[in-house]
Amino acid sequence: MSETLLEVRNLSKHFGAIRALDNFDMTIHRGEVVALAGDNGAGKTTMIKTISGVFRPTSGEVILRGEPVSFSTPQEARDKGIETIYQDLALADNLSIGANIFLGREPMTKKWGFLPVLDRKTMREAARETMALLDFHVSRLDAPVSNFSGGQRQAVAIGRAVHWNAQILIMDEPTAALGVPEQRKVLSLIRQLKAQGRGIIFISHNLQDIFAVSDRIIVMRRGIKAGERAISETTHDEVVKLMIGG
Amino acid sequence: MSTPTEASPDSGHGKPQADHADQARTLVQHVADLRAWLFLAALVVGFEFWARVSFGGTFILNTFNLQSIAIFAVAPLLLATGQTFVIISGGIDLSLGFIMGLAAVVAAHTINAVTPGAGLLVGVLAGFLAGVAIACIPGMINGLLVSRLKVPPFIGTLGMFGVARGTAFLLAGGTTVPVSNNLFAMIGNGRIWGIPYIVIITAVFMLVMHYVLSQTKFGQHNYAIGANVQAARRAGIDVKGHLFRLYVLSAACAGLAGVLYSARFNAGAAQAGEPLLLDCVAAVVIGGASLFGGSGTILGTIAGALVIAVIQYGLVFVNVEPFWQFISVGVVIIISVLIDQAQRRFAGGRVDE
Repeated sequence: MSETLLEVRNLSKHFGAIRALDNFDMTIHRGEVVALAGDNGAGKTTMIKTISGVFRPTSGEVILRGEPVSFSTPQEARDKGIETIYQDLALADNLSIGANIFLGREPMTKKWGFLPVLDRKTMREAARETMALLDFHVSRLDAPVSNFSGGQRQAVAIGRAVHWNAQILIMDEPTAALGVPEQRKVLSLIRQLKAQGRGIIFISHNLQDIFAVSDRIIVMRRGIKAGERAISETTHDEVVKLMIGG
Repeated sequence: MSTPTEASPDSGHGKPQADHADQARTLVQHVADLRAWLFLAALVVGFEFWARVSFGGTFILNTFNLQSIAIFAVAPLLLATGQTFVIISGGIDLSLGFIMGLAAVVAAHTINAVTPGAGLLVGVLAGFLAGVAIACIPGMINGLLVSRLKVPPFIGTLGMFGVARGTAFLLAGGTTVPVSNNLFAMIGNGRIWGIPYIVIITAVFMLVMHYVLSQTKFGQHNYAIGANVQAARRAGIDVKGHLFRLYVLSAACAGLAGVLYSARFNAGAAQAGEPLLLDCVAAVVIGGASLFGGSGTILGTIAGALVIAVIQYGLVFVNVEPFWQFISVGVVIIISVLIDQAQRRFAGGRVDE
């Protein structure tokens, strides 16, 4: 097996008496897609929020490339290369692709030698390069992202993570809001990210999508790990049984 | 990035999708973007025609008219500038009119207190500083209410509207505060090459604000927050700090408007900004901003403020009963919003319900 990117040991998150996540373990390697499945309320979202710095774990360890880490904000996690792509697309619709990629970290340049202005050229170039890396060839780089289709917008969200060199991408239902051709496009993006050696945590309700791109699947039920299987050694039926606790 | 660009060994996907945004920028969108300027042009042509037909005079080729319209537009434009920033962020600031009055009264008092001992120039400087600084206080309270205490901007600034109004009248003793400082009066009424000083001050200020909105991180974050506050927060933007600074900035614009008002009328009045409360919102909306946030420009707002000023001045000029002003401005606002809606539909972008 290749290098371990992220390891989670005995991770727990309790909200009062509710054990949203209880003694959870998982590892992700370079170039690996790990699917996280489970019914609503199984703890998937709590799990990713705990890894990505939104929640502080009640107990347990997160180990990133051999080093124990503890994030108090999503920004810290992002700085360490863990990027989350939310299902409701964290994009500002009125801004261009470049402006979205650089949102919150805008590059500046000097006009006439003294006046600091936004460096729109750098943003445009980065947008072009990043989108090309994801095999999206967009000609209108100054258009607001509201002009693009759902799949293209999802690609922009992924592109932002790629541009900032995220090594671990957490994708929460990336295909949920998309039409069928766009879903396929996003799945192919995931394969590309995998080929680039990144680690991907893929959350989905759609078993077909999970079986199409993942290497491993971890099934959660009521905050605990109900089972872990290599995709090549399991079936839809087995996964569903694990999910509902049959 | 050291990653290979040549990836996708298993080609589960087809060709890259066509970029269907290509044709989206239609003529309609261009017209919509420029609508405030088109309104302005139509109004000017209309009044010119009216003036020639009814009494053989000229409307726009008259320097006095131009000066009057420009002076007329100064205060609403300054308020509308602050309002543009707030509306783009998805909020609204209803307190600006009375913050302007408060600043006018405080500037007048300060100049009267400082001038006898320290001279004309220091008096004027002190007046400018005091007026803008005092305006920042209600701005900070607005900012705290909206950013930290999560009060909806409409309600928070409505409360501050009352507080600023009462405070201004109390400080003014219920009357107007005359200013005795010749330099101040000269700034308010003098002109160079026919251009009034207050118009020059306003123009420079507009330039700075246009820069802030279109070329800085502050402006960029303002648009992002207006479009998707969640996205802005997730991108690591300090939304609370931004909103705080935003309301202080908009109040400071009103403060400047108040000081210039005192200079022009040689007196501070608590009710200085009262008729402008909603005119400034109207100017922003006519200028192309959406009250839902995320869009708008300073250039549009300038056109919007000029549209209102031309309507108000022009109707007086052609000797129509003043009540028609309200009707015309109202109609322009409605048409402006209708064009905005149509544009969104034609552009094929996502329309929020």
